[in-house]
Amino acid sequence: MNDRHYPPGQHPYLPPPPGSAGAIGWVRANLFSTPFNALLTVAGLWLLYLFCAATIDWFVLDAVIDAGSRAECRAKGDGACWAVIAVRIDQFAYGFYPDSERWRPNLAFVLLFAALAPILFDRLPGRRRLLWFSAAYPFVAGWLIHGGPGLPIVETRLYGGFLLTLIIGVTGIAASLPLGILLALGRQSELLVIRTISIAFIEFARGVPLITLLFVASTMLNYFLPPGTSFDLLVRVLIMVSLFAAAYIAEVVRGGLQAIPQGQIEAADALGLGYWRKTRLITLPQALRISIPGIVNIFIGLYKDSTLVVIIGLLDPLGITRAILADAKWTGLSNEVYLFAALFFFASCFSMSRYSLWLERRLAAGGADVPVKEPSA
Amino acid sequence: MTISAALRPPRIWRDENLRGVTIQIVALIALFATIAWLIGNVAANFAALDKTFGFSFLWRLPANYDINQTLIGYDSGDSHMRAALVGLLNTLLVAVVGLVLASFLGLTLGVMRLSRNWLIARIAAVYVEFTRNTPVLLLILLCHGILIHTLPHPRQALSFGGSVFLTNRGFYVPRPLLEPGSWIVVAAFCAGLFALWMLRRRARRRQADTGRRTAWLLPGLGILTGLTAGAVIGTGVPVGMDAPALRGFNYTGGITLLPEFVALTLALAVYTSGFIAEIVRGGILAVDRGQSEAAHALGLSERRVLALIVLPQALRVIVPPLTSEYLNLTKNSSLAIAIGYMDLVATLGGITLNQTGREMETMILVMAVYLLISLAISSFMNWYNRRVRLVER
Repeated sequence: MNDRHYPPGQHPYLPPPPGSAGAIGWVRANLFSTPFNALLTVAGLWLLYLFCAATIDWFVLDAVIDAGSRAECRAKGDGACWAVIAVRIDQFAYGFYPDSERWRPNLAFVLLFAALAPILFDRLPGRRRLLWFSAAYPFVAGWLIHGGPGLPIVETRLYGGFLLTLIIGVTGIAASLPLGILLALGRQSELLVIRTISIAFIEFARGVPLITLLFVASTMLNYFLPPGTSFDLLVRVLIMVSLFAAAYIAEVVRGGLQAIPQGQIEAADALGLGYWRKTRLITLPQALRISIPGIVNIFIGLYKDSTLVVIIGLLDPLGITRAILADAKWTGLSNEVYLFAALFFFASCFSMSRYSLWLERRLAAGGADVPVKEPSA
Repeated sequence: MTISAALRPPRIWRDENLRGVTIQIVALIALFATIAWLIGNVAANFAALDKTFGFSFLWRLPANYDINQTLIGYDSGDSHMRAALVGLLNTLLVAVVGLVLASFLGLTLGVMRLSRNWLIARIAAVYVEFTRNTPVLLLILLCHGILIHTLPHPRQALSFGGSVFLTNRGFYVPRPLLEPGSWIVVAAFCAGLFALWMLRRRARRRQADTGRRTAWLLPGLGILTGLTAGAVIGTGVPVGMDAPALRGFNYTGGITLLPEFVALTLALAVYTSGFIAEIVRGGILAVDRGQSEAAHALGLSERRVLALIVLPQALRVIVPPLTSEYLNLTKNSSLAIAIGYMDLVATLGGITLNQTGREMETMILVMAVYLLISLAISSFMNWYNRRVRLVER
């Protein structure tokens, strides 16, 4: 024991008590703080061990990457047959889009990021001018992928795979955003008729499953149009998906509108602004800014829900898996193809939801670049 | 602005009331015109195709198709209406079982994610992120594929205690058989429940009057088990078991859970539980820390802090988003059609639609049923929400 005397404030820092710092301290505090916690840790480790022991052989150790058919796979090992993914990866990406034209969706995909950048990152230099490109992007991409003046037409029934997922997701959001904003404004309107129509539409679209709307698109939308008109199944699906998403967007935007302090609206009224100028200059810009994380979440939902089109026969990634499983060479490998598709969706949705979380935290911090700590439990 | 300009009567298009009325009248006219146009188109198209509109086919025509899971009596000679009813019951079965499973899983995972144990919190986080970021249809197909391709044939079934069998044709569990005296057991069980409730009421009243707490849970449970066990033994065990047994290539007897049912329920529960876990976590985090600190300072035990202070306040935050998750699960159960589980969409909106060619009528009915279910769930949840709402003075 050190019994030297120090003048006040001069005592040297003492080392932490043994076992409370460093790796051992961390393990103690976080894994074995109480007997119950220790039990939980052991149970968790045991579960992890069981899970890994059951899956790692199949996933990695016995897996076959190079084979021409399921029979060849089974001859080489009894694990996962990843060869099926390697052989069909092109279809997973493009569906049956012709080989020679694939530069077009590729280019559209690259441009997508250029169009998204000014929307997603609001401190980009020259953002205002870039936003014009974002607004024009759906038309540019449509021209690139479908063809038109200067480019040969590619029929929509050839679209498939992740290309189709992106087409449905991006079109759905781009088309539903304006409609959703109008619906949200309608729902907040003081005019009874407008409000009732908006509420009825929103509640209807949110109350029925998307799959029934897709059935309507595939079987009976033509009945509602003048006799003789008929148009592409993909277009019909896009219309229905957009209407469906608009109702959800409307609810998110409504949340944003309701979060605006009443003083803002009163101040606008005091300045003598009319309804549209008040909406365009005061309420909407603030409401939309708050709503972006929610809109991103709806996009993620739409992106995931785009898999439903397989049920009405479009060739999205799940449609491709069906086509593969129907091929006599690869039949029965459902676990492999579904897991591959699941991993793809997980990777893309997870990164999008991280972005949305980042945005939410930044908005919570008043738009400043201050990292916000998660509330402590 | 000069005074004369300010005093000028407002221009007619600047009059807010008049403008509001005009806009509404125009909107109404546009709405009715659109509806009339749509109905006119439908009428013209139907006339051109020689189709009629009406719902009588539901009773007149026999369904002529089999349904692999029926909760009420049904055979292919029954009407389309009966088939639709069977489908609706199958939808409700998946929804109810899925809701219970998802709530239980979600609550557990939400609490696990908040655990001070690092490993447990991480495991829960990985599970939640994976389920939330994978399409539900994919989860359903994956579950179905695993059940069909990984589980053994009936002859090599995974067996638990010789009465539960897991095979790729389905899960086989024993069915309880009720014999004559069984109503006495049921009556005894109800009496036990009543006694439990009375004890709890008395204990509460006594605590309110005197401030002293009396034990009610353990004695009550004792009475409940005692009464039930006594009745079972007294009547000579009136409940038999109809265990499944292998006959030829398949199992007979017991209850068969189709792989489609198991896969759909499991996938929906797993998918929704991830969302519920996040809602539960958010709800618990939303309760101010001062609340639990104050409760601890009053000397309440950890369990009572959770039960009396934190959970009731967290519930208020949890219930509204939970409602929409329940609605989503119910609506997502319509994906049954992808794996061939015969729910409402697969019967009425699937085979009946294809057999009769009545797209319009069947889709209207399917949508109306889902709308009704949605309304029912949300009004129940609104009622519950009002009950747990903060009473402000």
